[in-house]
Amino acid sequence: MPESMFDKIWDEHEVAESLLYVDLHLVHEVTSPQAFESLRLADRRLRRPDRTLATADHNVPTDGSTAAEQIRDKLSRVQVETLERNCEEFGVPVYSLGSRRQGIVHVIGPEMGITQPGMTIVCGDSHTSTHGAFGALAFGIGTSEVEHVLATQTLQQRKPRSMLIRYEGELGYGVTAKDLILATIGQIGVDGGVGHVLEYAGPAIEGLSMEGRMTVCNMTIEAGGRAGIIAPDDTTFEWVEGREAAPDPLPLDGWRTLRTDEGASFDRVVTVDASAISPQVTWGTTPGMVVGVTGAVPEPAGDGDQRALEYMALEPGTPMSEIRLDRVFIGSCTNSRIGDLREAAELVKGRRVASSVNAMVVPGSQEVKAQAEREGLDEVFRAAGFDWRSAGCSMCLGMNPDIAAPGERVASTSNRNFEGRQGRGARSHLVSPKMAAAAAIEGHFVDIREWE
Amino acid sequence: MRPVSLIEGHVSVLDRNDVDTDQIIPKQFLKRVERTGFGEFLFFDWAKQPGWDLPQNPILATGRNFGCGSSREHAPWALEDYGFEAVIAPSFADIFYSNCTKIGLLPVVLAEEEVRAVMGAGHASIDLAMQGVSWTGGEATFEIDPELKRRLLQGLDDIGVTLQHQEAIDRFEAERERNGPVTTSLS
Repeated sequence: MPESMFDKIWDEHEVAESLLYVDLHLVHEVTSPQAFESLRLADRRLRRPDRTLATADHNVPTDGSTAAEQIRDKLSRVQVETLERNCEEFGVPVYSLGSRRQGIVHVIGPEMGITQPGMTIVCGDSHTSTHGAFGALAFGIGTSEVEHVLATQTLQQRKPRSMLIRYEGELGYGVTAKDLILATIGQIGVDGGVGHVLEYAGPAIEGLSMEGRMTVCNMTIEAGGRAGIIAPDDTTFEWVEGREAAPDPLPLDGWRTLRTDEGASFDRVVTVDASAISPQVTWGTTPGMVVGVTGAVPEPAGDGDQRALEYMALEPGTPMSEIRLDRVFIGSCTNSRIGDLREAAELVKGRRVASSVNAMVVPGSQEVKAQAEREGLDEVFRAAGFDWRSAGCSMCLGMNPDIAAPGERVASTSNRNFEGRQGRGARSHLVSPKMAAAAAIEGHFVDIREWE
Repeated sequence: MRPVSLIEGHVSVLDRNDVDTDQIIPKQFLKRVERTGFGEFLFFDWAKQPGWDLPQNPILATGRNFGCGSSREHAPWALEDYGFEAVIAPSFADIFYSNCTKIGLLPVVLAEEEVRAVMGAGHASIDLAMQGVSWTGGEATFEIDPELKRRLLQGLDDIGVTLQHQEAIDRFEAERERNGPVTTSLS
């Protein structure tokens, strides 16, 4: 019987009914301390430190600090130091501040080549869905489950349902992976994927770079999806080949059989017209509250919309291009990879950030930062007036010193425009790196397809 | 985990859809390395807004897609620490639902009109064994995974249950050990 890629990976990893073996467990400082503590209290060992990897990302300042002891915020410092201590005690490799491998957990996994097709990957972080871009089954878990994986290398999990999102047509000029996923969330809703693993397919997906595919899978959780997955192909294999942890030679015969068989069935199929997608901008307080940049702030359709408009201080009918910005943030596990930075740099080269805007670029990892600096991108950003930072989650979630002030309006390449996400009272608009770069220069949103 | 069986009492109402875990417990409180003491920070920013009223009751009734966004288990920890023993909603985000069950905070899915009736009644009784909810003027049944229900009723430790499969895990690893990346061997 024809099987989906999700079915194949699931079947391959089911140790017992609803007990899934975990090939790779990624760990960060925020959702792990209580798990390690419980493990210690129960006198349990960590089953597979060699399938576990940790980094510090949520709490770290992006000011170039090279050791946890330099973190000024006491609680943040304790949390990063606790991670380092726990990893040492249990034998887990940890790339904390000061390591050349430190970075956002969902950036460094693929970068090192430890994210590979056919694997099961979990992490105490909802954006673990990112790794599905490689044809891996990857999803976020809570702290109790982190403890469970540390102790057993398995996860108790009922098999989710499956959904195919089939894109018809190709993306137009200036339209990116970020626009594709924002438009998809706008179409199916922020709970449209609940209970499902979403497979993204079609020419528009095949045409994306690995960075673009990671952006798409990353935001699966913003549609409520359990995981997002994309069939591995030559683009995937070329990206993985030669990376530090990649097998040599690549087991291509096995990897090529992962893709969904012709005629496999899904619990739900959704069709999205990729060719109709324009550059997207969110106007509200969920990622599904989104319109094309040529559109306007919509009339509220209910209490939720009304509350969102009040929080965002927006009037229905206001053209999106007239919304003026205070800050621009290019970064986060959604859009901080070298490809994202190249796209943004290309647009800002030789230009200046608007005087009213405070703009920053935060590479997703130390490796992305080093690569960007080798290419001179840091100089391009600096010359344009951007603040060039060090690696971390930064202003995506404001658990570190990078926070927007109350009332400030931010064009952000991150994944969540929730109330207070980027700082209490801060107003977030989610966009692609290109849209963010152009908005930084103009001080308001512009349609990059027509921007000179 | 303490066993869950009957939950009865007054109902607190939060009539909003898509309540994300950033609202339930904002990020500044995730820096703590303890599991307890999150209740006083529940809905920290919303609680400061005029008209906010969320009494400390055993049951919370709320809108669709409750607990979306971040996977932070701190959200169920905060709800439980505040006093809630069950949350009734038309739907929950997946990770949040799972996180609740790990600590014995019972997530109950009812139809939208049933949730509305519970909100109106202001008092309800939830019987996990019977998978039923009753309130003045109505009652309903809810679905729950049978294995999950068994664990909640008995208050079982998940890791303890899984370790009963230790041999199966050993066998799986021995037979199907992947060539996959070994994190400890990176230089």
